[in-house]
Amino acid sequence: MKKLVKGNEAVVIGALVAGCDAYYGYPITPASEIAHAASEYFLPLNKVFVQAECEIGAVNMVFGAASSGQRVMTASSGPGISLKMEGISYLAGAELPSVIVDVQRVGPGLGNIGPEQSDYFQVVKGGGHGDYRAIVLAPASVEETYHMAIKAFDLADKWRSPVFILTDATLGQMMEPIDIKEEPTHRSDKPWALDTTPESNDNLVTSIYLDFDDMEEHINKLHAKYAKITEEEAQAEIYGADVPDIVLTGYGITGRMLRSVVDKLNEIGIDAALIRPQTLWPFPSKTYQEIVKPGVPVLSVELSCGQFVEDVRLSLPGHKVTHYGRVGGNLPELDELVAQAEKCVQEAK
Amino acid sequence: MTKVYEKSPAFFDTFTRKPSMQKTTHYCPGCGHGTLNKIIADLIAELGIQDQTIFVGPVGCGVFIYYYYESASVSAPHGRASAVATGVSRANPDSVTISYQGDGDLAAIGTSNAIHAANRGENMIVFFVNNNIYGMTGGQLAPTTLIDQTSTTSPSGRSILNDGFPLRMAEMVAGLEAPVLSARVAVNTPKNVRQAIKVIRKGLEAQRDKKGYAFIEVLSQCPTNWKKDPKEACEWIDDVVCQQYPLGVMKDIVEEHPSQKRKCERVEFDAIAEQLNLTTSDENGFQPIELIEDEVRFKFAGFGGQGILSLGMMVSQLSMERHMEVTWLPSYGPEMRGGVANCSVVVSKEAIGSPVVDQPNVLVALNRPSLEKFGPLVPEDGLIIYNSSLVDTVPENLKGKVYALPATDLASEAGNVKAANVVVLGFVAQKTGMFSQADLETFLAETFKKPALLELNLKAVKAGWSAAE
Ligand code: SF4
Repeated sequence: MKKLVKGNEAVVIGALVAGCDAYYGYPITPASEIAHAASEYFLPLNKVFVQAECEIGAVNMVFGAASSGQRVMTASSGPGISLKMEGISYLAGAELPSVIVDVQRVGPGLGNIGPEQSDYFQVVKGGGHGDYRAIVLAPASVEETYHMAIKAFDLADKWRSPVFILTDATLGQMMEPIDIKEEPTHRSDKPWALDTTPESNDNLVTSIYLDFDDMEEHINKLHAKYAKITEEEAQAEIYGADVPDIVLTGYGITGRMLRSVVDKLNEIGIDAALIRPQTLWPFPSKTYQEIVKPGVPVLSVELSCGQFVEDVRLSLPGHKVTHYGRVGGNLPELDELVAQAEKCVQEAK
Repeated sequence: MTKVYEKSPAFFDTFTRKPSMQKTTHYCPGCGHGTLNKIIADLIAELGIQDQTIFVGPVGCGVFIYYYYESASVSAPHGRASAVATGVSRANPDSVTISYQGDGDLAAIGTSNAIHAANRGENMIVFFVNNNIYGMTGGQLAPTTLIDQTSTTSPSGRSILNDGFPLRMAEMVAGLEAPVLSARVAVNTPKNVRQAIKVIRKGLEAQRDKKGYAFIEVLSQCPTNWKKDPKEACEWIDDVVCQQYPLGVMKDIVEEHPSQKRKCERVEFDAIAEQLNLTTSDENGFQPIELIEDEVRFKFAGFGGQGILSLGMMVSQLSMERHMEVTWLPSYGPEMRGGVANCSVVVSKEAIGSPVVDQPNVLVALNRPSLEKFGPLVPEDGLIIYNSSLVDTVPENLKGKVYALPATDLASEAGNVKAANVVVLGFVAQKTGMFSQADLETFLAETFKKPALLELNLKAVKAGWSAAE
């Protein structure tokens, strides 16, 4: 059935449908509705909901629950995600399936509660210590937030990995209908988990390997896994002209706005196409290489001074990629983006 | 030869989780950890709780606690064992969850997590090994280091002025309401060990019986960092350490405390659907809306408290029920704080791109600043509806079709100025042809369950509708 909900509520409903067992979190604007919805729905269903004493506490409760084989999540926004980063490194090191939502706000520091996409480096490139990766999903609508929440739990189980859902203040606060129904989910068996059966007595969840060779073997094993994830899970939406005069690219709310920009450009006789990554790690580099032909200008838009654009450039070596960004909580206007695109097309001629 | 020591069955025979030297422990000779580990192992065997037991290890000299016990184990980040144990215990309501922590881990970097786990009364037992020094990292000052005691970061002794006082954790925990047991024991002499066994047995039994949170502080000797031989170290505990940290049971309400098993269930989709108030189908008999444009982009703006956001939600909900694509986006930015609120609503037949409304087809401005700000953005064929009860002069630079609606006055006549947003709803429905009067009445009846409130809103919506005719 269709229900009109905020993005922040959609993520919780998706989690419920995916069979999430436990929510641990700490309030922060603009992510707090996630905790509100989780407390409203989890407790009456006899699932675990705990408002932790701090972000660090929350992520470590997630660590304990994930060690025990539960489907578990936490959510926060920029400053809170910074605090969770140590724990996320441990989750990756101990290969614990878990879901973390970052509703991006403006930074650095206290910043403000408006939308930005400036946690890209922190979330996509690591953020915690050590040589790890985490899968990052980037929805562009409330409906997609809902579906990605379901998918996040499956990916977490499949790859024994933390999975991020990276949204922003706009996506979190806006309302759209979502179509809620029973969805197939794939909960993995977790024979390694901590429980109260005799079989689990020999189970050990840890990220410490004192012996250098053992540690190297573990890290290499992680990276073999990351190579497979890169091969199998990269995903992007493509929209617009088959033979474009310009390729626009952006993720999340910006990617969605660029869809409207593609339409507007087509109205004024410019054939445009959009690449909107739905996974940021792994980054859909192959899609860029397939779609972007030599000489076609690329305009990359994000709500930051240029983080996402680095991955676009890495995907298109030698290609001219123009960055356009707004920050501080401001969203660009569509006409502003159309003008930027026109400029890129002019310059390419 | 008689066997004087038999390894507890709760221990591994050979420490296979240890990378090398799998017959011996990693502790220094004469370390209190070894004695405490043995006491815990013997009691786990005695109480028959090995399978239920889950160990959460710290960072510190206890980091390798999992080498020894044949029980499910997890190693936590520094200071976070009590938080990790919270997740473990909640996920395993039948477990005996043991959080094993040292003084840096529990009383410095992880104090907040430790105290809050205690305060929630988590079903777990915490062993707080207090040897008043950082062992593994090389003998630095701990929160528990005694006054004047030297360490590698207090070379001339702990000073009150610089480092404060030694923390008495067992007393602090005993001051909380939730814990059922808080005690301090020592493992330096046979007599103290006998008392420790008694108290720890009680704590583990309390876990077996799901009585809640137990905290056992264990004064433990660290000959290595105290720079004493094992015998001297044991004597120093009695002679000096116990002066600062008196042994004893600070709180014990185990007997009278009821058992408190927490819920942790998996549910079927039906239970979720019921919780979300879902019905099985979207078949509501409503027809799709004939829109004045393929995509109608609304901006609703006014003072905070005029019901601007909920007006947008009403239009969104009504449109969704009529099979339209919809987005609702609240405003951001400093104007929210000045008491001016706005939201963008897009209603469309097709998938909606940007939810941001830069150029509204329909603007509702319930106060003057919002008419001045957004009015000029409305194109020629767009509609501008403004609240003529509060705005007397209309800016000259407007292009759209302008309608004056005395929304506040009409709401006041209907019974309450707060219904001004519902007056606007009636007006907008009539002017855009999006919803019929019957649509609105059904919707309001579902929204407002109290008869008096419903009557007021029905009057308000009718007033708005009539004003548009
Ligand atoms: S350093 Fe101290 S606490 Fe650590 S193992 Fe050695 S004696 Fe025990």
